[in-house]
Amino acid sequence: MNNLWLIIQREYLTRVKKRSFILMTILTPIIMVAFIVIVGFIFAYQGDKTRIAVKNDSDIKVVLPSQGSKTVFVNKKEHLDTLKNNYKESDFDGVLYIPPVSNMNNDWHVQYFSEQQLSLVIKENIEGKIAKQLRRYKIKALNINEKDLANIENTNVALDETNLSINEAGELEEKETKNSAAIATILGTIMGFMVYIVLFVYGMMVMRSVMEEKMTRIVEVMISSVKPFELMLGKIIGVGGVGLTQFLIWGILGTGLLFVAQFFMPEIDPSQIDMANAPSATDMDDMQAKVYEVMELVSEQNWGLIFFSFIFYFLGGYFLYASLFAAVGSAMGDDLGEGQSLTLPITIPIILAIYIMFAVINNPNSTLATWSSIFPLFSPIVMPARIPFEPAWWELGLSMIVLLATSIFFVWLSGRIYRVGILMYGKKVSLKELGKWMFYKD
Amino acid sequence: MNVLQLEKVRKTYQNHVAVDEVSFSVPEGSIFGLLGPNGAGKTSLIRIITTITRADSGVIYLNGDQLNGSHPTQIGYMPEERGLYKKMKVGEHLTYLARLKGLSKKEAKTQIDYWLEKFEIQDWQKKKVEELSKGMQQKIQFIATVVHQPKLLILDEPFSGLDPINTNLIKDEIRELRKKGASIIFSTHRMEQVEEICERIVLINQGKNVLEGNVKDVKNQFKEHLYRIEYDGELPSNINIGDGLIKQEEEAIIVKIDNERDSNLLLSQMLQSGTHIRLFQEILPSLNEIFIKQVGSN
Repeated sequence: MNNLWLIIQREYLTRVKKRSFILMTILTPIIMVAFIVIVGFIFAYQGDKTRIAVKNDSDIKVVLPSQGSKTVFVNKKEHLDTLKNNYKESDFDGVLYIPPVSNMNNDWHVQYFSEQQLSLVIKENIEGKIAKQLRRYKIKALNINEKDLANIENTNVALDETNLSINEAGELEEKETKNSAAIATILGTIMGFMVYIVLFVYGMMVMRSVMEEKMTRIVEVMISSVKPFELMLGKIIGVGGVGLTQFLIWGILGTGLLFVAQFFMPEIDPSQIDMANAPSATDMDDMQAKVYEVMELVSEQNWGLIFFSFIFYFLGGYFLYASLFAAVGSAMGDDLGEGQSLTLPITIPIILAIYIMFAVINNPNSTLATWSSIFPLFSPIVMPARIPFEPAWWELGLSMIVLLATSIFFVWLSGRIYRVGILMYGKKVSLKELGKWMFYKD
Repeated sequence: MNVLQLEKVRKTYQNHVAVDEVSFSVPEGSIFGLLGPNGAGKTSLIRIITTITRADSGVIYLNGDQLNGSHPTQIGYMPEERGLYKKMKVGEHLTYLARLKGLSKKEAKTQIDYWLEKFEIQDWQKKKVEELSKGMQQKIQFIATVVHQPKLLILDEPFSGLDPINTNLIKDEIRELRKKGASIIFSTHRMEQVEEICERIVLINQGKNVLEGNVKDVKNQFKEHLYRIEYDGELPSNINIGDGLIKQEEEAIIVKIDNERDSNLLLSQMLQSGTHIRLFQEILPSLNEIFIKQVGSN
């Protein structure tokens, strides 16, 4: 036990102290957040300042706001031709001409005169703004009640789901279900995908490390002091600890950085985001309500269960696959390519699992979902994805027990292959051979 | 008292017998040579002694106790194929290996400091293993093997990769450790080293114990009763060698004398004849010759 602890310590510390680990762990979230900020800046980029002289001959009072944005509109009284000739001297980029409203049905054409073309954004901005004024003008002119019109335009249908279940007393029970599918889908996909990454990255790390120890003949020195099983288990636990540490740091650093990054994010002028349909006051209320609903749904998730089961499937899946990777690593020679036939049987179920997960996310209560989240080679990826959809308790329990038992069994089994493999040199090993090793005596 | 005793140890792998009823014993405080050609079963045997693998049958005693899981801390094993973690610092690495052998942090530090100072390599402590030359790494390997003061040392080709100066340094250390009470099993193909260092040997071939004994006894056992005599001038005519003359050179002969008393007789005859004798020596076979003969004949 003492030796196992020493091995875990070494495996953990040498990796965590590595410069590449520190850089990777700290830089990744920084780069990610920096990326988000930069993308924000790019989207917020409005180009250089554009000054536009506006000549309005219509009876619509067109208000083109210029504060905050990089486009400045200045109303001019001069004759259009004078403006066309002199706009440059007055330091304008162009002249916007709004003619009188001629009819109520057709498109209304306004004109822009300049040496340079307008950017699409500014063009759409101007069109949107004027269209809005025109709409108001039309409502007034046609004598329509604005409220009635808004009512007609805001026609939505919401589908409310009600969950039916039989309670303990045998009565039919109705429970309103919140529309949480979208959030569950996002959350489930993220979790399933994270476990997938963990299995691959850290499983491979264990395999490479086992191979390295074998090839540099360190095992020969080590096993005169420790049992091969201790060496394997110590490595698996040590590397697993590195994985947990990395995720923990990413979690904390990522959240913190995103929080800080908010202050650096450029303020995006709301009028710039969607100028054609700038949200009216009612739209704003609507959006706020939606955001509130999402927040409520997020907070309503069973975070305790989600966190616990994520850690459980993270560790269960990791032990299961890392031990298999260790066994395969012990059997490999110098040639990584040669080992492909051995790693393939391990990587195939992982890749299958991620595909199944995507199918299961869309049908979280299907037969496929139930059985693939109990089958231990798939459950570490599929089950975390199903957790936000609240699978039945018996499914979760059975899945966990099966995974736990299989992990322990595979660690033991891999130990038996490992102890033979690390001392076997210069032999191309087949899968069949690996199977035989399990039954070798000490 | 024997530090190690093997009785009919047998180990089979899938379809071949690696160790076939091998018995021998290593006296306490001796330097013992474990010899044999490649693939003879030496490594299999060493792995059984170091409890890496288990014998199918037979008994092994270490210091009189049957071999068990606690014994590795009393054994220091330096395998022929050996490596170190390249990215670890020398000091850390030695501490790690020492602690795996059951030493406390403090004990490990004391021992490591002692050895580094002894080899005058204290300044390597903070160096990474990959920065060291192969010979330097061998020294670290040696320290790692002896750091826990094992009662039994098993060294498999300990001098490979070492220059003559460092070879002598390690040889001296081996002798000093023996003086301090350690017993050493020494496995190598270099017979001249065995002859120089070992007191007893066992020769293994194809898993079987071919011969065992004191180096002197083994040599005597295989001697061909040949004598080399060197003298000045002519060979005296009154001397009767008969058909024992094997080879005649200028002022030297090699003769075969089966009986030791006859050799004394020959010497006295030669002295009486007044010939000046420069050399009268029994030719003993080298271990190398014995090795080749024994292994070849099988």
